[in-house]
Amino acid sequence: MMRDVAVVSTAQTPHARRVEDRNEVEMLMPVLEAVKGAIGVTQEDLDFTCSGSTDYLAGQGFSFVTILDGVGPYPPIVESHVEMDGAWALYEAWVKIQTGAADTALVYGYGKSSPGDLPRVLSRQLDPYYTAPLWPDSVGLAALQGRALLDSGKATEAEFAAVASRSRASAQANPNATISLDTTAEQILAEPYLVSPLRKDDCAPISDGAAAVILAADDRARELTDSPAWIRGIDHRIDVHGLGQRDLTDSPSTRLAAEKAGVADAPVDMAELHACFSPQELILREALGLGDDVDINPSGGPLSANTVMAAGLVRVIEAADRVASGDAGRAVAHATSGPCLQQNLVCVIEGDD
Amino acid sequence: MTEPIEVSAMPDGLWSQPAVDTAAIDVLGGVEPVRSIRTPASLTYRYTPGLSQSRFLNAMAEGKILGERCPQCGKVYVPSRGACPVDGVPTTEPVEVADRGTVVSYCIVNVEFTGRGFDIPYASALVLPDGGDIPLFGLIQETSHEDVHVGMRVEAKWKPPEEWEKSLENIEWWRPSGEPDADPETYRELV
Repeated sequence: MMRDVAVVSTAQTPHARRVEDRNEVEMLMPVLEAVKGAIGVTQEDLDFTCSGSTDYLAGQGFSFVTILDGVGPYPPIVESHVEMDGAWALYEAWVKIQTGAADTALVYGYGKSSPGDLPRVLSRQLDPYYTAPLWPDSVGLAALQGRALLDSGKATEAEFAAVASRSRASAQANPNATISLDTTAEQILAEPYLVSPLRKDDCAPISDGAAAVILAADDRARELTDSPAWIRGIDHRIDVHGLGQRDLTDSPSTRLAAEKAGVADAPVDMAELHACFSPQELILREALGLGDDVDINPSGGPLSANTVMAAGLVRVIEAADRVASGDAGRAVAHATSGPCLQQNLVCVIEGDD
Repeated sequence: MTEPIEVSAMPDGLWSQPAVDTAAIDVLGGVEPVRSIRTPASLTYRYTPGLSQSRFLNAMAEGKILGERCPQCGKVYVPSRGACPVDGVPTTEPVEVADRGTVVSYCIVNVEFTGRGFDIPYASALVLPDGGDIPLFGLIQETSHEDVHVGMRVEAKWKPPEEWEKSLENIEWWRPSGEPDADPETYRELV
């Protein structure tokens, strides 16, 4: 028997191109204060704490340990960390609550990419023998994926541009966005290529920031908020590591995760998709089975705010916030990890009715 | 002749692979197998210390050791990284601590690695500055390493002011201050 688990509080920083004045713990602390303060809890009220980050971004070894300074870890807390996006920290916390070992959990993800060269840093997650020594950067790999999609006849550059235009326009209502633009698809198509077939507007910005969520189970969730956003299904799956062994125009792991999470069990009002390059959104919509009537990335999505290691968790936050406010009844949040959508997490969020 | 590759040493059924058609690589039988590869990699970062550590480093450039006090527990961290690691709240009240203090831990270094030409062996130590609640790392000089002990009182040996930078290295080392040993109660939590 599964326990009902809800998102009961959320917080995020503005996703800035560069946070230079504050260190990581100084960047994160206001978010932790906000996510706890919004529902009047302190660290001692939370049974479990789980974070997602990677030391490669800021080049600081064991930064996730020093970041605990900002959590308030005394008296000693039960804590865990994933070297992944905060969405996977949320998954671990959800599992912990399912086991009965916790009724509440604090989840956060943060990333400060600005000290390094993110596209090169991301190349370090590739196969170390045959691929990483070639230093293919993340934009180049996404361009290969976009090219494969065009060659397959499944999409056109105009469709890429439409995704970029819509995302940047939606971001105008998102105060936390790194960039927002009122640009038509035609204007985007007139731009030169950054890495063919991708134009600059097809690519996510690189942002610094942090995000946090509090989860609570059953009655505890109702005590903490009048508008819990219930996680009705959550699953994550992974495709093989070798890029040459995958059909980059498809995402079987997303399709399987969506099936296990029950995306198709009822109509979906809106979805927040972790697509850092516009072709990836088209691949994900297909794999998730989302029709044209579904509102995609009303926040502007990762094309407008892309804090690495938090952007997946932010998808959950943007979806949960809209369910909590009543703007959406049933929402899908998706997070990805690895090159070219290698690993994918799908979460179905519903309101009380 | 290369040795056959054993796919699995596990008993049958526990872990096995289907038969693989190796025809394509059989022709490589006479080729020396690759045992290892080297793929050097490096990444460059532009580090920024943050608000709290910037305040500490700016004070160092003026010959001051600046800590920050936790508004909840009252402890003074030197340098603060921005948060009280016990209470999880920002440390914002700056507190100047003394450039003298007490050795609360030390070790004898027998390997030359600082590149600063110290005679080995020498002592490196954790020094609790008067007015602070956590120790700073430093070297002990101007005394025999055999005389270094917990409770020993020391003072900072600064570089000449014209050489001061935004760096903890403005303190070249710590040396005996000549005071009697500190009362163990003053550093009991730290040993």
